[in-house]
Amino acid sequence: MTNSWTDIKNTDLVVVMGGNAAEAHPCGFKWVTEAKASRGAKLIVVDPRFTRTASVADFYAPIRQGSDIAFLLGVINYCIQNDKVQWEYTKAFTNAAYIVKEGFAYQDGLFTGYDESKRDYNRSTWDYEIGPDGYAVVDETLAHPRCVWNLLKQHVAIYTPELVERICGTPKDKFLTVARMISECASPTKTMTSMYALGWTQHSKGSQNIRAMAMLQLILGNIGVRGGGMNALRGHSNIQGLTDIGLMSNLIPGYLTIPTEREPTFDSYMSTRGFKPLRPDQMSYWQNYRKFFVSFQKAMWGDAATAANGFAYDWLPKLDVPAYDVLRAFELMHTGKMNGYFCQGFNPLLSFPNRRKITAALSKLKFLVVMDPLQTETARFWQNHGAHNDVDTASIQTEVIELPATCFAEDEGSLTNSGRWLQWHWAGGTPPGEAKHDAWIMAQIHLRLKELYRKEGGPVPEPILNLEWRYKDPDEPTPEELAKELNGYATDDITDPNDPTKVVLAKGKQVVSFAALRDDGKTASGCWIYSGCFNEAGNNMARRDTSDPDDTGAFLKWSWAWPVNRRILYNRASADVSGKPWDQSRKLLEWDGTKWTGYDVPDIAPNAKPEVVGPFIMNPEGVSRLFTRGMMRDGPFPAHYEPFESPVVNVVAPKVRGNPVARVFRNDMEQFGDAKEFPYAATSYRLTEHFHFWTKHSHVNAVLQPEFFVEISEELAKEKGIKRGGTVRVWSKRGSVTAKAVVTKRIKPLICDGKTVHIIGIPLHWGFMGAARKGFGPNSLTPYVGDANIETPEYKAFLVDIEPIAGPVA
Amino acid sequence: MFPPFPNPPTTPTQARFGEGDLIRRSASSVTPPAQRQTEVAKLIDVSKCIGCKACQSACLEWNDLHEEVGVNVGVYDNPLDLTPASLTVMRFTEWVNPESQNLEWLIRKDGCMHCEDPGCLKACPAPGAIVQYSNGIVDFVHENCIGCGYCVKGCPFNIPRISKVDEKAYKCTLCSDRVAVGQGPACAKACPTQAIVFGTKEQMKSHADGRIKDLKSRGFANAGLYDPPGVGGTHVMYVLHHADKPEIYAGLPNNPRISPLVDLWKGVSRYAGFAAIGAFAVFSVLHSVVAGRSKVSEEDETNAKRLADHEGSNGSQERAST
Repeated sequence: MTNSWTDIKNTDLVVVMGGNAAEAHPCGFKWVTEAKASRGAKLIVVDPRFTRTASVADFYAPIRQGSDIAFLLGVINYCIQNDKVQWEYTKAFTNAAYIVKEGFAYQDGLFTGYDESKRDYNRSTWDYEIGPDGYAVVDETLAHPRCVWNLLKQHVAIYTPELVERICGTPKDKFLTVARMISECASPTKTMTSMYALGWTQHSKGSQNIRAMAMLQLILGNIGVRGGGMNALRGHSNIQGLTDIGLMSNLIPGYLTIPTEREPTFDSYMSTRGFKPLRPDQMSYWQNYRKFFVSFQKAMWGDAATAANGFAYDWLPKLDVPAYDVLRAFELMHTGKMNGYFCQGFNPLLSFPNRRKITAALSKLKFLVVMDPLQTETARFWQNHGAHNDVDTASIQTEVIELPATCFAEDEGSLTNSGRWLQWHWAGGTPPGEAKHDAWIMAQIHLRLKELYRKEGGPVPEPILNLEWRYKDPDEPTPEELAKELNGYATDDITDPNDPTKVVLAKGKQVVSFAALRDDGKTASGCWIYSGCFNEAGNNMARRDTSDPDDTGAFLKWSWAWPVNRRILYNRASADVSGKPWDQSRKLLEWDGTKWTGYDVPDIAPNAKPEVVGPFIMNPEGVSRLFTRGMMRDGPFPAHYEPFESPVVNVVAPKVRGNPVARVFRNDMEQFGDAKEFPYAATSYRLTEHFHFWTKHSHVNAVLQPEFFVEISEELAKEKGIKRGGTVRVWSKRGSVTAKAVVTKRIKPLICDGKTVHIIGIPLHWGFMGAARKGFGPNSLTPYVGDANIETPEYKAFLVDIEPIAGPVA
Repeated sequence: MFPPFPNPPTTPTQARFGEGDLIRRSASSVTPPAQRQTEVAKLIDVSKCIGCKACQSACLEWNDLHEEVGVNVGVYDNPLDLTPASLTVMRFTEWVNPESQNLEWLIRKDGCMHCEDPGCLKACPAPGAIVQYSNGIVDFVHENCIGCGYCVKGCPFNIPRISKVDEKAYKCTLCSDRVAVGQGPACAKACPTQAIVFGTKEQMKSHADGRIKDLKSRGFANAGLYDPPGVGGTHVMYVLHHADKPEIYAGLPNNPRISPLVDLWKGVSRYAGFAAIGAFAVFSVLHSVVAGRSKVSEEDETNAKRLADHEGSNGSQERAST
C-alpha cells in the first residue's frame, strides 16, 4: 500500500477492482464502511462476479477476467477526452512532459524491439531522449509529439467505450458510469483509493494491470494524498514482510537485488546502481544503494566482510537466470534437476498451478522437508486419498521429513501489514507437542551444517563458516535479537566528521534509522527499509498509542511503519508545486517557507525546496512515471493481452496469444487449452469463511463453509442441466475436479465481441487434510504460466468445461 | 464509528443484573424490580453487513458450541438453518430490485429478536424456563426447560430449536453473561464493519437514524428501522435498505405478532409437566388451522411425546458441547 488501512477512511471513492476486499480482507474493509458512513464515500466494484464487496457497493459493473487493462486504459482515455485530468499534478509530478527516444513505437500489440524467438524485447528505445547536459529532455508545453503525454494519449485512444464493451463484456452504459464517477476525482479536493489484490496480480500481465491503475491515479492526482493511493491488499498477515525481507529468489532484503553472473565483482555490481539523477537537483534516493548494500553484507558476515574483500561480495550467490521463482523451481524438480526441497510455511501441492505436474515433480525428489504447524497436503502428497489424491504410493521414493513448527499465536515477533506497519505481537500460548519455533529449527540446521563444513570441508565453505551469529543463545535467536539486527547497529565507533574525537554512535549501539547507515563498513543493517524499527528508543513496533491528532488516520505512535514511520508514501505530492496542500481539509504536509511540516513524516528532505525537488524521490527523475522506460519486460505502457487461455481472440492484436513475453516452459505450451475444447472462462478466489488451506483444519471454519463448490450462472446451469446443489465435474486440459454446484444470479454470462462468455468461479480452500470435507482446489486446473515480470501464476483466468454428474452415494 | 466497548475487566466483576431484575418469568409470576434497568439493544445494519460470518464464528466460540460440519447444498448459507448449536446464521438472498433491475445480495443475520413482548415466554408452560430481564434480554433457563417446543410455536420469528441430545430449547442469549459484566455480545465484538453494534435501545435508535439518512442519500428511499410494534418492539433491531419489504430478507415477518392462540391455550396449560402434551396437541391443531406458519417438526413432536412418556423427565443429560 502507498497509504494505510486507517487512511482509507479519508477517501471519497473506493474502487475495488482486481480484489474482493470485503471477502478476503474483512477486517481492513471496516475502513471502507467507515468512509461510506462518515464521509459519504462511494464504493465501486468491478468484478466478473457480484461479490460480497459488491453487496455493499454503490455501483457494480461486471468485467471478464483478464481484461482489466482494456477497461482501465478505457477510463484513462475517457479522462483525457473529457478533460478530467489534474493538470497541475500531472505536469509537475509525472513524466508527462518527458521526450521519448526516436524509434519507440507500438503496433499490432507489440512495442518496438520484439524478438519472437526469445519471447523478449530489446528495450533500448524505451527511454527518454537525453540532452547534452546529461539530463532527460522535457517539453513543459506538452506539444512535442514524442512527449510521454502525447504518446499516452495516442496509446489509449483505441480504448473507446465500445471497444471496452467488446473486450471486457462490460455494458457500455455501466462502463461510462464507472468512468464518470472515477473522473470526478480529478478535482484536487476529491480523492479515490484503489484497493486491489490477487485479482490483478495473478495474470500473465499482472504487473501491468496494477500499472494501468497507477497511471490513472497519477493523472487524477491521487498518489501521495490522504484517501488516495495504490493499495495492494496483501493476502497473508505478513506477506508484505516476506517481500520486504527479500524472500524472493532475485532479491535481498529491502528490495536490493541479488547479483547476476554478469556481475562477478562488487565494482561491476555497483556500476549499474549509481542512480544518477535524470533531472537537475533531484534526490534520487537510490544513490545511497551502496550504504544499504554494504550494511547488509556487514549484518550477514560481520568482521569477515571487509573493504578489502569487497564486503564479502563473493559469498553472495550469483543468478544465472532472472529468478528461481516457484514455477522454475518445480520445473527443475520435474526435469530431475532439483533433488531436495525445503518447504517452510507453504503448501505447494495446493498452491502451485497444474497440480499433476506438482505431484510428478515432488515424486522425483530425493527428499522433501516440510516445516509447518499443520499437516499439509504437500507433506502427504505421496498418500493415496482416493479421488482426492489418487497417487500410487509404492512408486514414490521421496523421503519426507516433517518438522512441526509453531503457529503465529505461539510465537513473538512482528507482522508487516499491507500498510507497511510492523506490528509486534506476543505469544498467546505455548507450542504443542514437539513443535518448535522456526528460528530454532533454522538455527539448528545452520549450526549443524557449519559443524559439517568445519569437520569435513567442502566447496565454498566461507559463507556458512563466516556467517555472523551474534545471539545470546546460538541455538535459538530471539525475535528481539533478529529485529535489532534488521534495524542495524554500529560495528565500530562512529565519530562526528567535524570532530573526530567526538563519538556520535558507539560501537554496538542501534542506528536511529537508515539515514545513519554507511558504506565504509561501520554499520550493519539486515534490511535498510526496516531501519528505525528497533533503535535505541526501544522496540518501536510494540508501540500501542492510539492518539491521532486531528483525526487524520495517521496514528504515528501506533506500531511503526517503514520507511522511517512514514504512513503515506510520496506524501510531498499532497501539496501543490509551491507546497500548499491541494485540499486544506485533507492536509498532510505543507511548506512553511523553510521546511516541510504536517501530520506525517515527510517523504522528502525536510528542507528540500518545493519548486526544485520533485516528490518521487526514489526515481532519478524526481517525478512519477506514466511511461516506465525499460523497467518492465512487457512494455513501457500497459497494453491489452488476453490470458493464455481465453474464450475470445485478442481483438486488438489477433496474432498475439497471451502476454508475448511471458515465460513458458517447454511442454507447458502444449498444455494450454483452447476455447473450442474448453468453452468456459474460469477464475479462482477465496471465500471469507476460510484462510487459504489453513482454516479447513479448524472445526469452526469447516462448519461455516464445509464443502468445495463451484459457482455458475443460472443461464449456464440451465444450458447444461445442472441443478443447485448438484454435483458437477469441471476439467481443463490439465486436470479434473468434482464439486457441488452453487447456481447463482451473482454470475451472469457476458457478451464479448458478440460471443456469449460463461464464467465459472472456483474457490480454493479445500484439500484432503483437515476438518472440512475433502475436496479439490483450482490448481488442479490452472495453467503453468506466470506474469512476465514477476512470475505470479495465472490463476485468475483459464479455460474449463463442465458437466453434471451423479453425486456421491451417501 | 460507533465507540467500541472497552476491554473486559481482568478482575472479577459484580454482575450488573440478575434474578432481582426479572420482569417476566414463564408460567409463574415475579415481583418486578422497583426500577427497570436501561433497555439494551443490538442493532444489525444489513446495509453494512458483508456476510463474513465472523458473528457465527464468535457465537460458536464464546458459547463453546459444537456444530456439525455440514454439506453445501448450493448456497452460501452454512449451517443452512438455526440449530441448538448455531444460535445465529447468516441468510443470503439474491434479490433483483424490480425498479432498477439491479441485483441486490441481501445478507441478514438471523437469531433471537429479544421481543419486548416475548411469544416464547408467553407460550412456555415450564415455570422459569424462560425469563425476561428488565433490560429487555430474554433468556432460556435450561434447568427448567422441559423441551416441549411451545416456545418454537410461540415465536413469531421461528427462532428456538430443540436439542435432540438433551431435549432442551436453545436460542441466542444476547450474551447475557457478557452484558452482565459490561461487555457487548460476542457477535458485535467480532463484527469487522460494525454492522452489529450494541448499546442502550435509545442509542441504537439514534445510531440507526444516522444510518437511515445515509441510505436515503444513496437512493434507498424506503430505508428504515425494523423494530416491530406487534411484539412491543425488539431488543435486536435491523436497519434495512427496504424497510417497506422486510419479507425479502429471507422471510423476515412484515408484521410479527404473537399467535392469538398462545393466550387461548395458555389458560389450559398454566401448570406444566405431563399436562403439557395435551395442550400442545390442541395448540398444534388450532395453530395450523389459524396461522399455519411456524411448524413444530416431527422431531419436536417425538421429543415432546417422549417427554410426556417420562412424565416430565428430569432432563439432566448433558449437551454434547465438546
